[in-house]
Amino acid sequence: MSSNLYDFSTLTGSIHAALSGMMSSGWVVFTELVLIGLLFLLFYALLGLFLVYLERKVCAIIQNRVGPNRVGKWGLLQTIADLIKLLLKELIPIRKADPILFNLAPFIVILASFMAMAALPFAKGLQAVDFNIGVFYVMAVSSLGVVGILLAGWSSNSKYSLIGAIRSGAQIVSYELSVGLSILAIVVFSGTMQLSGIVESQADGWWLFKGHIPALIAFVIFLIASTAEINRGPFDLAEAESELTAGFHTEYSGIKFAFFFLAEYINMFIVAAIGATVFLGGWMPFHIGNWEGFNHIMNYIPSIVWFFLKTFFIVYLIMWFKWTFPRLRIDQLLTLEWKYLLPISLVNIVFIAFIVLMGWHF
Amino acid sequence: MLNKQELTDIIRSLIPETEFPDGTQLLEVIVPAEKYFSLVEKLKSDQKLSFNYLISQTAVDFLSHMTVVCHLESVEFRHLIVVKVLLTDRENPTIDSLTALYPTAEYFEREIFDLFGIRFNNHPNLKRLFLEDDYGYPLRKDFRDEINIIER
Amino acid sequence: MSEEIIKDVMVGENEDYIINMGPQHPSTHGVLRLEVCLKGETVKYLIPHIGYIHRGIEKMCEADTYQQLIHLTDRMDYLSAHMNNEAVCLCVEDALQVEIPERVKYIRTILDELNRIASHQLWWCAFGMDLGALTSFFYGLRDREHILDIFEESFGSRLLHSFVMPGGLMHDVHPNFQKRTKEFIKYFRKKLPEYDQLLTGNIIFQNRAKGIGYMSRETAIGYGVTGPSGRGSNFACDVRKIAPYGAYDKVQFNEILGTGCDTFARYQVRMAEMWESMNIIEQLIDNIPEGDYTAKMKPIIKLPAGEYFRRVETARGELAVYVVSDGNKTPYRMKFRTPNFSNLFVLNTLASGHKIADLIAISGSLDLVIPDIDR
Repeated sequence: MSSNLYDFSTLTGSIHAALSGMMSSGWVVFTELVLIGLLFLLFYALLGLFLVYLERKVCAIIQNRVGPNRVGKWGLLQTIADLIKLLLKELIPIRKADPILFNLAPFIVILASFMAMAALPFAKGLQAVDFNIGVFYVMAVSSLGVVGILLAGWSSNSKYSLIGAIRSGAQIVSYELSVGLSILAIVVFSGTMQLSGIVESQADGWWLFKGHIPALIAFVIFLIASTAEINRGPFDLAEAESELTAGFHTEYSGIKFAFFFLAEYINMFIVAAIGATVFLGGWMPFHIGNWEGFNHIMNYIPSIVWFFLKTFFIVYLIMWFKWTFPRLRIDQLLTLEWKYLLPISLVNIVFIAFIVLMGWHF
Repeated sequence: MLNKQELTDIIRSLIPETEFPDGTQLLEVIVPAEKYFSLVEKLKSDQKLSFNYLISQTAVDFLSHMTVVCHLESVEFRHLIVVKVLLTDRENPTIDSLTALYPTAEYFEREIFDLFGIRFNNHPNLKRLFLEDDYGYPLRKDFRDEINIIER
Repeated sequence: MSEEIIKDVMVGENEDYIINMGPQHPSTHGVLRLEVCLKGETVKYLIPHIGYIHRGIEKMCEADTYQQLIHLTDRMDYLSAHMNNEAVCLCVEDALQVEIPERVKYIRTILDELNRIASHQLWWCAFGMDLGALTSFFYGLRDREHILDIFEESFGSRLLHSFVMPGGLMHDVHPNFQKRTKEFIKYFRKKLPEYDQLLTGNIIFQNRAKGIGYMSRETAIGYGVTGPSGRGSNFACDVRKIAPYGAYDKVQFNEILGTGCDTFARYQVRMAEMWESMNIIEQLIDNIPEGDYTAKMKPIIKLPAGEYFRRVETARGELAVYVVSDGNKTPYRMKFRTPNFSNLFVLNTLASGHKIADLIAISGSLDLVIPDIDR
């Protein structure tokens, strides 16, 4: 059913073959690791810049503004100019801050987001590592970022930062549950935790449509919980600029601040990518039942385009939330999770297990 | 709403020591400092008067004496009265605090203390509101500040 | 090293965790410092520290003539500059017993209400921001710009327009004034429902605003909390009704009273006041009588010796001006009873026991302008 057009495994295979012809297998692995690492670094930086640009444009549209439009065509170079500014800024050392932890924190945050990216299936055959527990890995790694946030808040020796960090800790620990359970719903449907396997299982329809109402509930819960998990509005209590000035990164300046900033956007991309992969079929084209002609046309759109379309759709949703809703209060945030989302997800997953057991899903 | 004459009669019956100067825009009552608190307390608690809203409280320095001026209004009846206390001791002026009756008086009185140096008895937190502790009392007419104020 | 850090960040079970909110803080709307004592996220008590922009306006007034000190009053509550000017002018006109032309009264009232709308719009922007809804800021400012354009056309200034002078106005309004004001009312009647769509109906917003910052009627009266903040607690304190000035006795309007007593009630009162202000303007704008823009005034105004007291309703509450004159061209003593001064100090009562995020919402709902507190 799925087309073999634009299969990246032929490309990667040919690179592998070419490298194997040149050197021993150990060196091949090493070279490939370096290549992938460099590629990801480049992708990471470009994606970060683009997401910041996108956010500024989206929020400008929502707020009746034009957004950046002076630097470069449509202001495309604005974020690069900002990056240069941030690179040139002074890194202000904080007196009485713990210097080791203070400097370590941004790297932990950025590392967590970087690691999570490794398991994402960007397109057919374009995936750095295809773990058999891919979903589990991504969730585990992406929640490591909170360690960096806690460290940042603690080591800054600032009261605002500490409150922000502790809020963030409480928030992520809570919402991790709902994210996990909502993804688990699809794992139950598809019967695998391998991300490529989950994508393959959606060849004839996305789980959002195949999974009846429970999948829809899981998707909504996933959207809410993942927005909370990446500390974005309306759940941006850790930063809450009107209450805590800037929360955990109050005391950071220059490129260290930029790291937090970048990690936030990359995390947004990662949860959007996970959402797209698990619920919206990842790089699978949009197919409707037996409409062969329609399905055939859809197959002509490259899988990487599908992936990014879906991901950016969810990214757009998350941005939309941020610029529309007021911020929740900390107790409301925790109430929402523990009293509403968690029970609903638990009931939902039992329901899904029942559906799967009876074989009612498509 | 009671008119000026009615108010005057009631207040005279409450505190006989009060004076009512003529020809003022609003009804004014001048009361000795020692009767000040009890007058305002009665103004507030009296059923017919019920002056329960302290609009403003301030002071004026006349060099020979100082005046503490309160503007009181009744929310129910909408009549207005100006209560004045004359303090002849400019060196160490002291007067009762109204904080027990009107919470807002706490801050009006702190402002007066800050700018005039009038002390308030029974005030819960008599600290300067705007200025530093050693600044002097700028709204007194004999206040001189060679550095910051240019005399014209 | 590390022990020192821990000692600084950690506080004991019974020690106070004090946060200094301000003077540079995004949501104190100016240089206000709140010394907030926290227990976890909950506010135990807070102490406002003011005086960062105390300019001694009352002292400065003692050296200025009445025409000059009008310009100082702009700088108190800069968002209702027009009402501040009017308070002083009414006081002077009262003292001199000048009969001001009808035209002036009408124009002053219209400008009052336009200024009130502009001020409430900015409050709405900032209140949304305080609660984390950043988009509201741009919606409000977009519409406020129309009012400021009207002001600019007539007075040449947008924010601090010392347009009202003792006896009348500084000069006549621009010929386009009527047309543009009508256009604005027509425009804003369409746009105001957008505000409700963006914030009022939002479930997160309602959860954040309802039930917090309860201020009973007695508290409001006791602390002298006036304006929309006081009216949200069912405290009828609208000076426009109590002691009408300008053309307020010629128009039909309701005093908006809320019974909720909480942050949401204060929010609703302000939203309703914008509608009411538009009603007032619509009643007046077509009936502005022809005539002089000012009464005949002497170039040097000397108030007869005595004491004068006038109140007006600014966008934030009751502004009272108390002038003691000794017959000179400058006032002997000038006292401004500014609304925000009283409104600020109720904050401790309202916010104690609430979360730190509620403190921001409550202080936002009181709509504080700090220069007005400090004077």
